[in-house]
Amino acid sequence: MKKQYDKKRVVLNLILIAASVALLIYANENMSFYSKRIINLCAVYAIMGLSMNLINGFTGMFSLGSAGFMAIGAYAVAIFTVPVDVRAEVFYLQPMWPLIANIHIGFLPAMILGGFLSAIAAFLIGFPVLRLRGDYLAIATLGFSEIIRIAFTNLQTVTNGPLGIKYIPSFDEIWWPVGVAIVTTVFMFLLIKSTYGRAFKAIREDEIAAEAMGINLFKHKMLSFVISGFMAGMGGALMAGILGTIDPKQFLFTLTYNFLLIIVLGGMGSISGTIISSVIVTAGLEWLRIADEPMIMFGYHIPMFRPGFRMVVFSILLMAIVLFFSKGLMGTKELSWELLGNWYKRQRARFIKKDPSLKGGGSK
Amino acid sequence: MDFPTFFQHLSNGISLGSLYALIAVGYTMVYGILRLINFAHGDIFMMAMYFAFFSITLFHLPWYIAIVVVILITSVLGMLIEAAAYRPLRDAPKTSVLISAIGVSFLLENLATYIFSGKPKSFPEFTYMTSTVQFGPVSVQRVSLLTPVVTLAALAILLYIINRTKLGMAMRAVSKDYETARVMGIKINRVIAATFAIGSGLAAIGAIMWGVKYIRIEPMMGVMPGLKCFIAAVIGGIGNPVGAVLGGFILGMGEVLLVAFISQLTGWRDAFAFVALILVLLIRPTGIMGEKTTEKV
Repeated sequence: MKKQYDKKRVVLNLILIAASVALLIYANENMSFYSKRIINLCAVYAIMGLSMNLINGFTGMFSLGSAGFMAIGAYAVAIFTVPVDVRAEVFYLQPMWPLIANIHIGFLPAMILGGFLSAIAAFLIGFPVLRLRGDYLAIATLGFSEIIRIAFTNLQTVTNGPLGIKYIPSFDEIWWPVGVAIVTTVFMFLLIKSTYGRAFKAIREDEIAAEAMGINLFKHKMLSFVISGFMAGMGGALMAGILGTIDPKQFLFTLTYNFLLIIVLGGMGSISGTIISSVIVTAGLEWLRIADEPMIMFGYHIPMFRPGFRMVVFSILLMAIVLFFSKGLMGTKELSWELLGNWYKRQRARFIKKDPSLKGGGSK
Repeated sequence: MDFPTFFQHLSNGISLGSLYALIAVGYTMVYGILRLINFAHGDIFMMAMYFAFFSITLFHLPWYIAIVVVILITSVLGMLIEAAAYRPLRDAPKTSVLISAIGVSFLLENLATYIFSGKPKSFPEFTYMTSTVQFGPVSVQRVSLLTPVVTLAALAILLYIINRTKLGMAMRAVSKDYETARVMGIKINRVIAATFAIGSGLAAIGAIMWGVKYIRIEPMMGVMPGLKCFIAAVIGGIGNPVGAVLGGFILGMGEVLLVAFISQLTGWRDAFAFVALILVLLIRPTGIMGEKTTEKV
């Protein structure tokens, strides 16, 4: 009985994978630059959401440091992939630090370097910070995120300070971000299924009980924090590769709130929920741009629609989710074929509802 | 550095510190009762400044009425936020309430950008308050002399309320043990609303003086002072108003004097508070005047 079910699942999985790959190839070949950028942003937000969910949703520590780790990854790519001959133009106020001025590496090594630097930062920050609990941890990680940003603003010869770095070679296809997002997702599933993942969840449920069961709290918290830092660094690196220009202001801690919205909407402690909600949030934010433009309905100029309205709607949505749907879309559950089978009708309705909005957001 | 320059920086530090202190008290009171970092507090401070701006420029209220009106409106805003965003989550996990607080803060910032526009405005000028008084070689703005006085007076009134009135007794009871206080017949919702009103009112007083002194107002301006004042509350020992005022003074003076003595660190000014926070959390997590609490199993 079980075997038969497994066979069915394998077939379904293969169909799903084939369909997604076909869809991605189609998207990469035929979609406009703008739509591909949105897909790329979805992928980066998914990585960032997973990174944040690993600490906040699975290990139960409330960390608000994502923006800072992201900045480290982004700057690793920005500093090392800008072609050497345009560097003088970028660093026109003060020349680049001679030690790194001539080091140029490709995107992949720079991205991995970004991930590692970010993980190292997480490791160093983790020593003082992970002894804290609850909201103290939140405020301390937020503090470190701001310290990182302030450091980048002030290290003029390395980061070009507040002017930021431009001419980062950016890519216009979707393979890097989507590829990394897929690898990250698979890795997360494996991690959560492993004994480490179980230990993380045990810590989330009850720290003291977990410790009593022989789980080394500090070791596991640190592991979760470092892996999350690595992911955030990769996410930031991809962000730099997508945008082509970065400056420290982009990594204000308010950026972390976007990822917070994603994991709250998707469900704290759900991988598939994070993926779904990162698509909804990113596409939704793009779609909400109509709220920033003047709107004329039936010949009447609606005064509410003007710049800034989008973010008001966005924050009201965040509040509504927190207040009324505190479990988010998935809670701590994962999307699986069983779940699909059980709630076939509901899921189908949801998919039909979701698909056009996906395409609708993409083709604009 | 000669003595007059030092004294000049010191007076700047004291007045900044007393502004921090006023805001920090709001954080510490809310934390003491709800165990919640009210992320929106800095934004309430920002809104108060806009209220003051509009009540003077748009409604042409004389300043003494404007002050009262702004304090009242801000207190109402604080109570509204509590009722709308925190009260429904009273029995929810702490993380949900914290996320809700972040959401409120985000909402207020975006609302302010939307309604008042993101462009900085300049606070109406108070020539009497911004004019300087000479103490030998040192010149100090009148508002800088006034802020510490107002802060200490506010602290005295607050301590009177907390220690001598029925409301204060209820506040102390709720902060000690919320469930038992409820069982004892204390209307906790009313006590919590009062706490938010007092905290927001103090933030409003701080906002008016901040506006007079620093003039520039913009929607994101509550963020940094907000975080720093929370840090001040932690330094002083969270839950303790005297500690919050002390923390505010330490942080304000430390920040100003650090930049004054080591001018290369000017760009790092905002990092000072966070470094201070992390040091305090490591060395003495309960702060200067905080009580030790233990985690119950």
